Amino acid sequence: MSASLAAVSYIAATILFILSLGGLSNPESSRRGNLYGMIGMAIAVAATVFGPRVTPAGIPWVAGALVVGGAIGLYLARTVKMTQMPELVAFMHSLVGLVAMLVGYASYIDPTASAGMSPAEATIHHVEIYIGVLIGAVTLSGSVIAFGKLSGRIGGKPLLLPARHWLNLAGLIAVFWFGYQFLRAPTLEEGMTPLIAMSVIALLFGVHMVMAIGGADMPVVVSMLNSYSGWAAAATGFMLSNDLLIVTGALVGSSGAILSYIMCRAMNRNFLSVIAGGFGGESAKPASKGDGQPAGEVISVSAQETADLLKEAKSVIIVPGYGMAVAQAQHTVFEITKRLRDMGKTVRFGIHPVAGRMPGHMNVLLAEAKVPYDIVMEMDEINGDFPDTDVAMVIGANDIVNPSAQEDPTSPIAGMPVLEVWKAHNSIVMKRSMASGYAGVDNPLFYKENNRMLFGDAKKMLDEVLAALKG
Amino acid sequence: MAQVIGVPKETFSGEKRVATVPEVVPKLAKLGFGVIVQSGAGEGASISDEAFADAGAKVVADAAALWSGADIIFKVRAPSREEMQSMREGQILVSFIWPAQNPELLQSLAARKATVLAMDSVPRISRAQKLDALSSMANIGGYRAVIEAAHEFGRFFTGQITAAGKVPPAKVFVIGAGVAGLAAIGAASGLGAIVRANDTRPEVADQIRSLGGEYVPVDYVEEGTGVGGYAKVMSEGFQKAQRETFAKQAKEVDIIITTALIPGKPAPKLITAEMVRSMKPGSVIVDMAAEQGGNCELTEPGKVVVKNGVIIIGYTDLPSRLATQSSTLYATNLFRLSEELCKAKDGVYNVNMEDEVIRGTTVVKEGAVTWPAPAPKLSAAPPAKAPAKAMPAASEKKGHGHGAGEPMAAKSLAIMFAAAAIVFVSIGLYAPPAFLGHFTVFVLACFVGYMVVWNVTPALHTPLMSVTNAISSIIIIGALVQVAPPGEGARPEIIHWLAVAGIGLTAINMFGGFAVTQRMLSMFRK
Repeated sequence: MSASLAAVSYIAATILFILSLGGLSNPESSRRGNLYGMIGMAIAVAATVFGPRVTPAGIPWVAGALVVGGAIGLYLARTVKMTQMPELVAFMHSLVGLVAMLVGYASYIDPTASAGMSPAEATIHHVEIYIGVLIGAVTLSGSVIAFGKLSGRIGGKPLLLPARHWLNLAGLIAVFWFGYQFLRAPTLEEGMTPLIAMSVIALLFGVHMVMAIGGADMPVVVSMLNSYSGWAAAATGFMLSNDLLIVTGALVGSSGAILSYIMCRAMNRNFLSVIAGGFGGESAKPASKGDGQPAGEVISVSAQETADLLKEAKSVIIVPGYGMAVAQAQHTVFEITKRLRDMGKTVRFGIHPVAGRMPGHMNVLLAEAKVPYDIVMEMDEINGDFPDTDVAMVIGANDIVNPSAQEDPTSPIAGMPVLEVWKAHNSIVMKRSMASGYAGVDNPLFYKENNRMLFGDAKKMLDEVLAALKG
Repeated sequence: MAQVIGVPKETFSGEKRVATVPEVVPKLAKLGFGVIVQSGAGEGASISDEAFADAGAKVVADAAALWSGADIIFKVRAPSREEMQSMREGQILVSFIWPAQNPELLQSLAARKATVLAMDSVPRISRAQKLDALSSMANIGGYRAVIEAAHEFGRFFTGQITAAGKVPPAKVFVIGAGVAGLAAIGAASGLGAIVRANDTRPEVADQIRSLGGEYVPVDYVEEGTGVGGYAKVMSEGFQKAQRETFAKQAKEVDIIITTALIPGKPAPKLITAEMVRSMKPGSVIVDMAAEQGGNCELTEPGKVVVKNGVIIIGYTDLPSRLATQSSTLYATNLFRLSEELCKAKDGVYNVNMEDEVIRGTTVVKEGAVTWPAPAPKLSAAPPAKAPAKAMPAASEKKGHGHGAGEPMAAKSLAIMFAAAAIVFVSIGLYAPPAFLGHFTVFVLACFVGYMVVWNVTPALHTPLMSVTNAISSIIIIGALVQVAPPGEGARPEIIHWLAVAGIGLTAINMFGGFAVTQRMLSMFRK
């Protein structure tokens, strides 16, 4: 395959990738979008393997590595539970980060890579390697920690080291200093030391960054790491002077960045403050203890009473949250939905953008349980309908339905867009206990007159509700 | 020893309610109480003795057996003189008492060394709402008031265009938007009438609107909310403006429902004889305050009278006229009270005077009159809290992170452009041409990504992440070109191994990513 043919194949792959992302604009076209992505990837790999830059001697190695890696990947994809999607995604991000590091190191060691470059080009090449490894390392360690947090291997509480901002700043300065050393290094061996030192700092930085972020900010972190993995690919593209890598990396990078931005906006939080970590850690607590403390009593109900309320309702909106994912209750939720729809009731779902631990997490879970996507609404679509709704059922969500975001300007979550479930005639909140949500803010919804609490594990309670509905 | 709750048949003439219903009996039993019911107690509320027996209550033949066999008596109406005779020393009585109106009753109850919990004295705090029998009765009363009005009124409530001509909708004016008033507004607008309502407390305007009513303000500024969320006596100037407003409404509307009450005071006279005269013949006034003297000057308590062609309903037993419903709600209120009194669930009342709710409700404790209780500390609606303040603060915050649709501030836009210009200029000055080519591609790709991703529907954000993740395994190319490049130089063996490892790891990502995306997307269905 000639160099030109390879270049044209790359263009085709680029277009297919763009179409692939474009296809996700609605569920109908999304399957085709994914197919475009696969074809694009196949073309890109084939064009590279059979192109001028890989000799036939390498093909067995490539094939072997692809088969082994591919088998593992397919196995993971088959067996992963939909509730574990955030973990899988985080895990895969870490792989991209790791590979970016490996490629960076290999490129640095490779004497042929920079052969025949002018001094300016060589410097740029080295800067690219340095940045590529840096981003790769942060992505790697950040994703590993995110994986640990999402899978519950590491506690969700933010770890806040004293003077953490100063630590980060010191790390940044050190990275710059080592970068300077790296560029000045006359030989490979001398350059290796600052490169490795920087990698260690970057890895530590990634760990520290994600450790400082708590559970509910996870959607931001996961999409941010998604973005990083793209930038890592783009940096590798610069390093290897490969436009396909640059374009694809930039696509992924900007996609992740936009997702992070959407998530931040959904929580009414500044991107920097999420990354700086520690929601409500020190400053917010006293504020929530003020006179805005919700007064009143919580009225708890049984599964039977919940079922009765649902039976009497004409329209129901279900608001799922992370609690539904934890309890794996989505199938029961669908059973209940089906039952209620058979009774001729309108049942819809209201999804908050940051419900769950990953952008779109709830949608995927509901889709897995075969909930038709045309009754699953976004927050903005459904918020106006709550006043005409008989029952709003909140399953394992807290902060995203907290009225103090709108009513109490001193609340730490003031201004965050929330689902206005309290405007429904009745609301039922399913929760394990009265514990406050992630933001550490008490939820006045629980004390509202038209609110009922159903305490217990979401799955168990919903099973009982379903039984009561059938009975 | 578990105590026994006794429910006698109400003796007050015309009273159809009963203090417990079969649905509540098992719940009381769960708290540890035994329940006995006088035969025929549920008759007025269409509840048979069998229903009580099936629910686990013991049915006793007559009042004497009931009063002697029970430790706790649940009643609706305050006990009559005869009933007082059969009361045992130390018995606990839960009932409506109206201690302010019935001081002698209170004294004679105290003389019997009884403990009395008055359901009309439940403090108006949020925690006590579930046992607030006044509210549940007022709710029923408001509904029934509309039904009574509809019964007497000679026309439809709702407007209709029929083959026989056009029917205008009835106009209903509700005075006082407390629990009863709001229930009346809801019921009347449910029947299709045009509903207007007035209240001295301006904060209820939203509640009126939420039930389909139209708030008619009095054109005079005065804060009308008293302690505990009740209304208070208004100034002379306000009352004059109020009368003018009402007089104007009286001329226009077909039905007036008055619910204005001020705790411990006779009902304010809001509808004058002159206003009644100005109403259309056939109009109806339902005076829900009849028992406290009435809001209308011409009301005769307990009766329906016709004055100048206007029908004035002064029933004082509206909740009793919906006996099954009001019995159920009252029984639930009593059960909730029992829960408060019997936290240990051992079937014994513990009248804990430290508890604010129980303290307020208890009017006689073991022979000592404890009424009136000190005023509640907390008002249900915190007075004079300015909710208007919340809004600007919230909208200010929205500026944070410049959302789509809101243009960025000119200043930050300028800064961004300046920064971009500096970056571009420095790249242009120092970077070699080869780099610039790549850089162009990079910047344009970022923009393409930006445009494309904004179109992605939020429901597909997770598949978007997993597909971009799969696509980012394009980094495999970096490893591929290093695995065995042409032109043998002196390449360390390690590069080869790094590259192979890289290919393997990305393959996990690539195959896994696409496969899992496919799996997810295939689940999205209509």
